[in-house]
Amino acid sequence: MKAMPYLLVLPALVLFAAVVIVPLAMTVALSFHDWGQYKGIEPVFILKNWREVLEDSYYYEVFGRTFRIAALVTLLSAVFGAPEAYILNRMKSPWRGFFLLVILGPLLISVVARTLGWALLFGGNSGLVNKALMSAGLISAPIPFMFTETGMVVALAHVLMPYMVLSVWAALQRLDPQIENAAVALGAGPLTVLRRIVLPQAMPGILAGAVIVFSLAASAFATPAIIGGRRLKVASTLAYDEFLNTLNWPLGATVAVILLVVLATLVIVANRLVERRYAQVFG
Amino acid sequence: MAFLQLDALSKAFGPHKAVDGLTLGVEKGEFVSLLGPSGCGKTTTLQMIAGFVEPSGGAIRLEGKDLLAVKPAKRGLGIVFQSYALFPHMSVAENVAFGLEMQGVAKAERAKRVAETLGLVGLGAFAARFPRQLSGGQQQRVALARALVIRPQILLLDEPLSNLDAKLREEMQIELRQIQRTVGTTTILVTHDQAEAMALSDRIVVMNQGRAEQIAPPHEAYERPATPFVANFLGKTNLIDGKAVRPERIEFASSGLAGTVRTRIFQGNHWLYQVETASGLLTVIRQNAGGTMPEEGASVHLAWAAP
Repeated sequence: MKAMPYLLVLPALVLFAAVVIVPLAMTVALSFHDWGQYKGIEPVFILKNWREVLEDSYYYEVFGRTFRIAALVTLLSAVFGAPEAYILNRMKSPWRGFFLLVILGPLLISVVARTLGWALLFGGNSGLVNKALMSAGLISAPIPFMFTETGMVVALAHVLMPYMVLSVWAALQRLDPQIENAAVALGAGPLTVLRRIVLPQAMPGILAGAVIVFSLAASAFATPAIIGGRRLKVASTLAYDEFLNTLNWPLGATVAVILLVVLATLVIVANRLVERRYAQVFG
Repeated sequence: MAFLQLDALSKAFGPHKAVDGLTLGVEKGEFVSLLGPSGCGKTTTLQMIAGFVEPSGGAIRLEGKDLLAVKPAKRGLGIVFQSYALFPHMSVAENVAFGLEMQGVAKAERAKRVAETLGLVGLGAFAARFPRQLSGGQQQRVALARALVIRPQILLLDEPLSNLDAKLREEMQIELRQIQRTVGTTTILVTHDQAEAMALSDRIVVMNQGRAEQIAPPHEAYERPATPFVANFLGKTNLIDGKAVRPERIEFASSGLAGTVRTRIFQGNHWLYQVETASGLLTVIRQNAGGTMPEEGASVHLAWAAP
């Protein structure tokens, strides 16, 4: 009978191994294989691909862009998403439900459809976004959005915002409903209440949301592919091109493995930090 | 005029009158309880004094000055919430120091007063802990210290003991009373627990449907309830020929109202009887003096002094 729990998790374990562990191991192995224009993939163990990626500044540029975009997207989603979650949390029904749906709406639509929508809004100098910004007097000349990092950041921030909002909202729901009144009664003004009482308690949610948004932004494919085009590559579109255009699978695998390792390390370190900082406080 | 004066204070939520023309004067240093069932308007009254709810009518004056014209953050009242509402990301000392910091009290003075107040509530050794690491009773004391450290003109207590178990609640009642006597802060307690209100207060305000049914010292309200509602809410009552008779005033006698013991419950220091009589089912409470008592089914006679 002691074996029962293990037997029960066995099916899920087998599935997990088959669809996650095995392909990952194969990708790692692939990154050490050789490849040539005419000979194709040779299953040998060499460091050629790793050396190429680590020595060529082109790859540094691509990875730099990937993480720069991810960082900006994370910042944007935190700056807009956290206040959004706070406002949402203070709303009363039925408005709360309605606006929650508005915020989660993007998740119900395919990423490709949403990104094509942004492409239409951005399109050229006469794009709707530029027209609106110029007529509002915010800018004097059109901002190039298509095929730029700016465009990618805006589109990705929109796509990933719900994850930040949900994560912060979950943290805010654990707030004592009287806690703001308690601070006010002790003489705190509205800004002090936000900064000293609400924000510190929302912080675990913001950090958790940041980890999700950063990893999704760094590994996003559809949005960079459509907004960034073929020239402005990020890690995922680079790996895709190596696999499907150049057919250099081992090199594509190397890029993919580096992206995976960096993101996995980041998530683990961030989690450790959050746990160490907040475990005793929020239990 | 009293230290804190509520004048015809009212609050309507739509057509529902939560508080309906409440007039009450609280003297300096007095401990007054707002007592009543849920929905009687006691919490709304407290929130209007605190400034979290805007009255629909009436006035609140503190030392003769209009309190409604003062922002909640500037009223300088100490409040203990039912949920305590401690700041979970701050240590006990930081929680208590918060109000002093808002008042701009210098750091050295702050530390001294925090230590003093934590000592007063018996938590001197817990300054560095976080609220999560404390028991319910300890959290309650932190909330009290946080409210008292700013030396409030009035201390408002919103069902502060209702989250504690019965034994701890009784201990905290005694302690709360002692602390209030020590610091002498004018205190208003909101509670639905009549025993708590009677144990702690100088006067109680029995509220029902937004109105004060009676404002009197506990003993007087218990002995001479102004309305049937007060008689029923403050302890158990038998209504015999239109007169309220407390169960503990009824004795088993050799003659008097005849009846049959329906149920008998032993409660340690007393016996609780239900006796079937010509005047209906009466509740009788007798002290447990160690002697033998009538059993269930026994025929008895009941006697009491006219109230």
